[in-house]
Formats: sequence, C-alpha cells, structure tokens
Amino acid sequence: MVKKLRYTNALAVLLTVVGLSAPALAGSEDVVVENAWSRASIGVNRPGAAYMTVRNTGEDALTLTGLATPLAVMPQIHETKTNSDGVSSMAPAGEITIEPGQSVALEPGGLHAMLMKLQEPMIEGETFPLTLAFSDGGEVTVEVPILGIAARGPES
Amino acid sequence: MQRRHVVQYGAAGVGAVALMLGFGWWRVDGPGAPKPASQRPLPLSAMEFRLTDHEGNEVGPGTVIGRPTMVFFGFTYCPDVCPTTLSDISGWLEDLGDEAAQMNVAFITVDPARDTVDAMAEYVGYFHPAIRGWTGPEDQIARAAEGFRASFERVPTEGGGYTMNHTASVFLFDAEGELVTMIDYHEPREFAVPKIRRALTEDVEGAT
Ligand SMILES: [Cu+2]
Repeated sequence: MVKKLRYTNALAVLLTVVGLSAPALAGSEDVVVENAWSRASIGVNRPGAAYMTVRNTGEDALTLTGLATPLAVMPQIHETKTNSDGVSSMAPAGEITIEPGQSVALEPGGLHAMLMKLQEPMIEGETFPLTLAFSDGGEVTVEVPILGIAARGPES
Repeated sequence: MQRRHVVQYGAAGVGAVALMLGFGWWRVDGPGAPKPASQRPLPLSAMEFRLTDHEGNEVGPGTVIGRPTMVFFGFTYCPDVCPTTLSDISGWLEDLGDEAAQMNVAFITVDPARDTVDAMAEYVGYFHPAIRGWTGPEDQIARAAEGFRASFERVPTEGGGYTMNHTASVFLFDAEGELVTMIDYHEPREFAVPKIRRALTEDVEGAT
C-alpha cells in the first residue's frame, strides 16, 4: 500500500501517466509549446536532446504519444532518473498525459526529447522542426532553436 | 577495507543490467539513504590509476593532490546529464572567478571506447577551460571509479547503440586529497559554490 502511494505521488509530480486510462481527449489545438531549446551537437554520432514546456490549455486531458523530426531518425521522449546512490540512467518515458490546465516540463535531468541517429549536425544558431504527436491524431510542430553545447536553458 | 564490487561492467554486470533494463525506469527513488562507510570515496592518496588527459599528458590521483579538486564521471555521447553537469561546473567556476584557478577539475569518461583523447579534447573545449578531460584503458577507468565508489554500466539502446548509466555526483576534494563533500545532481546550484569554497579553504585545516 505504501509503495503504491509513493508511486502515485511520483506520477502526480512528474505528470507522467503511463498506461492509465485517460478521459476523452481534447484537440491538440489546445497545446502550447513554450521555451523550446536544444544544444548543438558535435557531428552526427552523438544523440541530441531538446527541451520545452508543453502546456494543455484545453478542458480535457491530452496524451503526448510520440515525436517526429527530419533532424533525427529516432526521436523519442526519454526520462533521466538519478537514484539515491547518485547514479543517473535514461529510458524511454512512454506516453505522457497532460491534465487540463497543466503543463509538462522537458528539462535537463528529467524528461527530454532524445534525438537519436541525427541526420545532420545540430549547429548553434540554427533551428529545426519537431513535431509532437498526440493520441487524438493531432500534431503540433515547433521550431526548436539550437543553442551552444554548454547552454543551460532557453535563455543561454 | 571491505571491497565492494561497485563497478558493474562486463560479464559481472549482466544481471544488474538486465534488472536495470527491466525495472530501471519504474523504480521510484526515495530520499537518499545515508551512505555506509564502505561507499565513501577513498582519499585521492589511496587511489591508484593511470589515465591520459585531453592534451595527452599522463595523469592520475597524484596529479591533482596539492590543490582542491573537483571530479565528475560521464561520457561525451551523453545528451542530457553530462552537458548539463559540465555547464553547471562551468558556471560554478565562473562564479568563483580567480579562485577557480586554484582548482583542478577532471571529467573522467566512463566510455573510453568512444571517448578517445581527441574526442575528449574537442568536447571539453566547449566548457570552462579549467575542466580537463581524462580517458584511458577500461581497466584503469574501472580502478578510478572504484576509488571514487562511483559506478557505471553499459546499457544497450533501441537501434543498436548503447548508453552509459553512471554516477552523476560531483566529487570535491581538498588540497590534501581528502573528500570534502559531493554535489548531487539535483542539488540547487546556489548550494554548490559555498561547498566548493569550503574545499578551497579546507586545505589549511586539513594540513598535517
Ligand atoms: Cu535520452
């Protein structure tokens, strides 16, 4: 029981609901993506990562199911976790449900858009389109600015 | 000294890797439990490993004793935690200003197969100039990690590649090579600089 409670709390904090039944879904016109940014890459062999805040301004829950971009063959929503021993690991995050009026933050050390198999290098100062797909079949495309390799957030 | 196999690499780590793959991201991590003494990093003077820095110099624990030192394990194919931590470290060093010049900062790769001396040189070039990139043979990396009680393991990814799970804390040592403290990954940035300042001043107290 305790374990279940902790699990539920963690989910609430992360707004990451995998495999839980979601109520009727809103259209993705209710999606607002803010503060998107990414870091430049060295060549194409290393994976890239992009960050943003996805806000659900609608009245119904929205489920983010996947990503697409011409920049990378395998874009995927990942989550980094750091355990109590200080060990960090990364894994696919699955689908992410965003409750009405809530937002989910893709930010360093947590959820990120992992850009695997880059088709071309990510060059500082350029942008690339990233499409977010939702379970209602809707899509939202954002232009993601590419900042320096040592960037810490959308402002730097 | 009780020896623990904190380095899970190769065959010995297969079980752990499988477990991690199965349950890694399901696990909900509670607040950090206090570390048993055996998990505390050794003093630098008790460590033994030989690596090469990004300029091709032979380096080891002896290279950094004499000045306060910051050490971080990672790898250059790491898209999230490593650039974030190296940016954080760069920011702390900027905040320290001239005091940063009194410190050693080593970024030790846990992925020497891909992180050659040249790869390290290119990568660290994007961060604060005080950061040195260390690489070397796998067995020496493993010895280094063992000394720091750091762990790392290779994890296959979809699409045939691999990533590395690794200890993401930053280790802080005083000039004598004694551990002062660790800066954990999610620690607020404003706590880090005072901790580093402590490492910078502790050499006087720690002197024998
Ligand atoms: Cu990732």
